[in-house]
Amino acid sequence: MKRLISILLLAALALGLLAACSDEEPTPEPTQAPANVQVQAGEAGGLPADLLAVANERGLTPQDIRAALKTYVPSGKMDEYYLFSSGGQSGNVVVIGVPSMRILKNIAVFTPEAWQGYGYGDIGTEEVLDGGNVDDTKIRMGDTHHPALSETNGDYDGQFLFINDKASARVAVIDLRDFETKQIVKDPNLISNHGSSFVPPNTEYVIQTSQYATPLGWEYAPISEYKEKYRGLATMYKFDREKGRIDMDNSFSIELPPYWQDLCDAGKLGSDGWAFCNSFNSEMATGGIEQGNPPFEAGVSQRDTDYMHIFNWKKAAEIAEQPGKTEVINGMRVIRIPTAVEEGILFLAPEPKSPHGVDVTPDGKYLTVAGKLDPHVTIYSFDKIQKAIADKKWTTDEFGIPVLNFDDVMLAQVELGLGPLHTQYDDKGNGYTSLFLDSAVAKWTLGGEDPAGYKLVEKLPVQYNIGHISSAEGGTVSPDGKYLVALNKWPVDRFLPTCPLKPQNEQLPDIGSDQMNIIYDMPMGIGEPHYAQMIKADKIKAWETYPEVGWDPITQSPSEFKTMPGQERIERDGNNVEIFMTSIRSHLTPEHVTLNKGDNVTWHITNIETAPDATHGFDLGGQNLSLSIEPGETATFKFVANNDGTYAYYCTEFCSALHLEMMGYMMVAPAAAQ
Amino acid sequence: MSSEIEKVLGPRVPPDEFKAHRARYMIPTLLFVAAAILLVISIPRPWWRLKLVAPQYPAGLSVTAYINQMTGDIAEIDGLNHYIGMRPLGEAAEFERTISVFGIIAVSMLILAAAFVHNRWAALLALPALFLPLIFVLDLQFWLANFGMNLDPTAALSSSVDPFIPPVLWTGNIAQFSTVPRLLSGFWLAMWSSGLIAVGLFFHRRAYKPLVDKQSHARE
Repeated sequence: MKRLISILLLAALALGLLAACSDEEPTPEPTQAPANVQVQAGEAGGLPADLLAVANERGLTPQDIRAALKTYVPSGKMDEYYLFSSGGQSGNVVVIGVPSMRILKNIAVFTPEAWQGYGYGDIGTEEVLDGGNVDDTKIRMGDTHHPALSETNGDYDGQFLFINDKASARVAVIDLRDFETKQIVKDPNLISNHGSSFVPPNTEYVIQTSQYATPLGWEYAPISEYKEKYRGLATMYKFDREKGRIDMDNSFSIELPPYWQDLCDAGKLGSDGWAFCNSFNSEMATGGIEQGNPPFEAGVSQRDTDYMHIFNWKKAAEIAEQPGKTEVINGMRVIRIPTAVEEGILFLAPEPKSPHGVDVTPDGKYLTVAGKLDPHVTIYSFDKIQKAIADKKWTTDEFGIPVLNFDDVMLAQVELGLGPLHTQYDDKGNGYTSLFLDSAVAKWTLGGEDPAGYKLVEKLPVQYNIGHISSAEGGTVSPDGKYLVALNKWPVDRFLPTCPLKPQNEQLPDIGSDQMNIIYDMPMGIGEPHYAQMIKADKIKAWETYPEVGWDPITQSPSEFKTMPGQERIERDGNNVEIFMTSIRSHLTPEHVTLNKGDNVTWHITNIETAPDATHGFDLGGQNLSLSIEPGETATFKFVANNDGTYAYYCTEFCSALHLEMMGYMMVAPAAAQ
Repeated sequence: MSSEIEKVLGPRVPPDEFKAHRARYMIPTLLFVAAAILLVISIPRPWWRLKLVAPQYPAGLSVTAYINQMTGDIAEIDGLNHYIGMRPLGEAAEFERTISVFGIIAVSMLILAAAFVHNRWAALLALPALFLPLIFVLDLQFWLANFGMNLDPTAALSSSVDPFIPPVLWTGNIAQFSTVPRLLSGFWLAMWSSGLIAVGLFFHRRAYKPLVDKQSHARE
């Protein structure tokens, strides 16, 4: 009987064990340093007791304190660098100070933005946006990807910023004197771009390459005619630095095979005159998952290699001027593939399949191709490429384009980890490559001519899913090192929840020390950055106010509608009414505007202030309108007074103590009263 | 007739003998019944979990295996697996999952049956239940290997990720993920069941061996 009891006890124990055995996972530990690490006086380098108390109360580790000291910019002091970050599908460019990672400005580019008064009022900034219309469709969004600062002798000169819109193959010009978008141009033959914008060392051109191949001019052709009709393009937008505008009449394109060109970079120093672009669909896959075909993601990843496109844009520019060498398609001169081959403009070199970024080293001698699907970066030598071209050692692809031998042009490969995407450089001969899958930044050494000198040094985890990286002056012939910004796609657990659409995480690794450290996490809640470029702050010469009162920021010249005090008036010609208004703290002149229903109204406002910061905004009830009229600016808007009634207009910017009084009435009389 | 039954099921216990040594004959029966009950209880309980941890999944993704179903972040894991060309998890062990509930009930019935069989055939009846945890682990490892080694060579990441075998019982690594397995209550119930069966078989033999010996002597 005793035994029976013990057996029963055993069974009970088993059941008890079952009840106690939880199948639930323990809550995951936070990935950050535990908060209970107390900072000791010695560790913090003799911090005063009150500061030590603050650190311990906030749970800060010595590492946190170091990061705070490296990034905090006190009131009244300035950041060292500007970071110009694309805003992705927000269509904007976000300007950030480094190392504080404070947002300085959100520059409206492809998308209307009311605070800046960008894209309202039918003319002015809306005409800039209209420059990017596609056929008769007004496009009021953009997918900004890759900002490019203008360069002089391979260094950022701080004058202009170019940025592409991937969605509709457009490029915008931003003037860095007033941080405003001045021009949007539409490629007449492409509907999507990606390898854009990038500039050669003296910004003779703004270069753009296609992403998804379409028939030129995106005209209709069934997908079954992919190989015959679908094409890519490299478009060389001529940049007129004097005018600060792209000169479409002197721009041209080079036809490319439909290989889905990806990112590009321009040569510099010895490789100036050349440009390099990756591609990821040399398979020429045409998708059609719904018809049982391999989806694009599988179809474009079949071959072990794709092609780096190598083109001599300087030679192409000469050829484009010669008669008979180009074909004008939708108003754009295009060098067709056979001409490009014949003239020695276009070459291909195999690269591990579906890579992402290609980045020329600061000395211009090497190109780093990041594997994306391959765990390596592959380094090509420009000299080897030139030798292979000179020796005419190549096979050809099915379009007759010379394909150089991989072994002839490749110099080294470094295994970095999973998902290498983009590479930046510092001033000490290191490369930094973002690893998307590993969520890390890999630091590796450039070995010059010695393949064994290319070595992985260190990997820094970042949070999380890093896309691009940007080092201080990283795209120039003389990078600064010091800071690197990791543009991460997923914040996961880094910020207070604003789910389900979360901000992106722009992280700041410190690369100035021997070991990389993350010293700041910045939530980017106004866009999805792709690439960003970082420029030394003192290179930007931004205006405090416009150079003179009555300035037209669109043309960056004095406005013909400039209105000075005493010149305010309302002119009527039939039912066309033109208003010349001034604004100054704290009144708008005139304060009464009387109109008739159906009037066509053109309204100019000159902000006659000359004091910095004295911006006046302008809103008019019942109209889809918002203006920002900065000191000295003359702004114009148009509308038709379709509805009679009494409306208030006022200054939207809290400009003075009597800001609320800065208003006026617009009275639109009905037809009967006229 | 009764001797025919005894030939197959082993000798019956004479009532006097049973009264005299009740515990001796009850212990194996009770152990087998307990083992069968534990097995049946394990049916709706999770047996095994694989947790996948990666930098961008700090909280991890997990798949939990029951004997007849898989739950957890299956869709997300399948979504990630398509980059390395792994088949959807739903295609794993379909046959096993279909028969498992009936199978375990049947195996439990066999243990109960073993309580009524008083010769060495009882061990045979208890065998499936005894080895059930081992069978589970081996089958799971078979499927993990089958899935890990049969990657679609045309998958996007095939140049970065080679075929691999995720271990069932210890931590493995694949791409940026670590795979952390854990055996859960269903499995441990089955282990307890096996243990009870093993002990039960010992007592079974001690109780009935003398009777079986007596039976064979009588035949001679």
